[in-house]
Amino acid sequence: MPIASQISMVPVVIDDDKCIAEKGCRTCIDVCPLDVLWINEETGKAHMKYDECWYCMPCETDCPTDAVTVNIPYLLR
Amino acid sequence: MTLPDDITVKDVDILVIGGGTAGPMAAVAAKEKSPNASVMLLEKANVKRSGAISMGMDGLNNAVVPGHSTPEDYVKEITIANDGVLLQKGVMTYAENSFKMIQKLDAWGVYFQKDETGEYDMKKVHHLGTYVLPMPEGHNIKKILYRRLRRHRVTVENRYQAIRLLKDDEGNACGCISLNTRTAEIVVIRAKSVVMCTGAAGRIGLPASGYLYGTYENPSNCGDGHSMAYQAGAELTGLECYQINPLLKDYNGPACAYVTGPLGGYTANSKGDRFIECDYWSGQMMMEFYNELQGGNGPVFLKLDHLAEETIQEIEHVLHTNERPSRGRFHDGRGVDYRTKMVEMHISEIGFCAGHSASGVWTNEKGETTIPGLYGAGDMASIPHSYMLGAFVFGEICGTNAAEFAEGRDFAELDVAYITAERDRILAPMKRTDGIPPSQFEYKVRRLVNDYLQPPKVTKKMDIGLQRLIAMEDDIQHLYARDAHELLRANEAQHIFDCAQMAAVASMYRQESRWGLYHHYVDHPETNNEDWFCHVQLYKNESGEMVCKKRAIDPYVVELDDSEKNAYAQMRVQQAD
Repeated sequence: MPIASQISMVPVVIDDDKCIAEKGCRTCIDVCPLDVLWINEETGKAHMKYDECWYCMPCETDCPTDAVTVNIPYLLR
Repeated sequence: MTLPDDITVKDVDILVIGGGTAGPMAAVAAKEKSPNASVMLLEKANVKRSGAISMGMDGLNNAVVPGHSTPEDYVKEITIANDGVLLQKGVMTYAENSFKMIQKLDAWGVYFQKDETGEYDMKKVHHLGTYVLPMPEGHNIKKILYRRLRRHRVTVENRYQAIRLLKDDEGNACGCISLNTRTAEIVVIRAKSVVMCTGAAGRIGLPASGYLYGTYENPSNCGDGHSMAYQAGAELTGLECYQINPLLKDYNGPACAYVTGPLGGYTANSKGDRFIECDYWSGQMMMEFYNELQGGNGPVFLKLDHLAEETIQEIEHVLHTNERPSRGRFHDGRGVDYRTKMVEMHISEIGFCAGHSASGVWTNEKGETTIPGLYGAGDMASIPHSYMLGAFVFGEICGTNAAEFAEGRDFAELDVAYITAERDRILAPMKRTDGIPPSQFEYKVRRLVNDYLQPPKVTKKMDIGLQRLIAMEDDIQHLYARDAHELLRANEAQHIFDCAQMAAVASMYRQESRWGLYHHYVDHPETNNEDWFCHVQLYKNESGEMVCKKRAIDPYVVELDDSEKNAYAQMRVQQAD
């Protein structure tokens, strides 16, 4: 059963300059009800790994450095 | 026989599954009842921000406050809104404990709006009585619950999905099999009693936007508890009484008539005219909404553009900081300003939810399911129109009763053969090298639900839908997950699959129409009280088939006058000649 991967524009954007994940911060990752924010192994910063967002905003609200922006998913805009 | 090394076992006296609204309250109540007992709260996300109220709640929809209403008034209102089919004793238990719970939450630091004399500032939204209490600062409610969990030393385990319940030789609930959603480790939790608070089944239907996670309910509430209870042999009830909600089109968040209504906002058709008398959610109201959408007077709108600037600012403050705060951003993106434009509304995909409707795992006035030692509270259980306050009230009742059940009991012997077989089944998608991604499987199930199971319900359509779903049973052996996260989704998809079949089977069983749009059955358009004034219980029989049976309605504790029975039947605004 061959498979293919498709790209997807994700709603949650993280400002790498502000994100302090390399200092051990996991706030946005911890609070996401859908567990879609993970550490990007290449940059050490948080990023949205799975396009499964309820645009509910704990990640943005709880981020200590205002690094997170939740956009409305494209299909809903 | 002992368990293989890759399966961890943890023992707790009382296990609470689901850390949203009812769950934390149940865990705290169990500790209050039995301070020396060990209590574990198992959560699929993180209790700090999980469940339907992850970003708070803007008000109580069903506060029974002395001086404004009595428990008897409330039981009458819900009896009428629910077309008479309900366990009145359960609603009465809620109503009698409603005010006590408000006072408890108040003492914990939850702020409820008060008027200039310091009394609770109650608002009228329901058809008959006054039950709405605003919480303009309700965004902090999860923090307050979390503090209580810490104070009572409840053991919190985040990122575990409960997948199967365990029962002992005598049929008592004795724990669950769970999956760590980050490591794909199987953990068995052995307990002396279990409380399920897993929320609504809100991912059965597909939202109009087509975005799988753009659901009305928090999409982590996907029906895990409904499926677990069914697979364990518990009865579910009222599943044909779907939850369908009015909402902001595409955004899929609540339109919040309960917030805007008392301030002068209302639901209007494309001409700007009011067409329903009362915005309180009932199947009859949803039917009028649906008729307006389909009948040429649509779309339907939330109308606020006639209100004063300060009122609009108050509405914006509540709606854009609470419960679903991204809605302001959604409106900005489309250039919608409450001052100048009506907001387009629509109706939601279907779901099972006792919060707004009456469908769920059967529970009685003590929070007991039909499995001894298994309790249920909140949107997953069956006490109708519970909302957040009902989740707290029954969370407390379940926690207390589960603690009592656990007293003096021993841990059950584990069924090693069953647990290892389940481990293999749960982990199977990760052992494959290719196959069907969970998202595709889930999309197909939910698309079939929309095509064939949404009202208006038609036997031929539901029959095709059910056959198509049953045919998908063969696809489960091909589900493919590349990591632990996709494995979580694969297991959720199977729970959604169970729920979709339940929606079809329960709907086809009740051969009448009831609850307005919720069970609008075209082949049987009339309400038939002679044959169908009863609950419909769905369960797995001894041959493993999904079947239904009737359950008589318990004697009422509050009788209704004939004049009251039809209060919700005339929802449409009468036009003057």
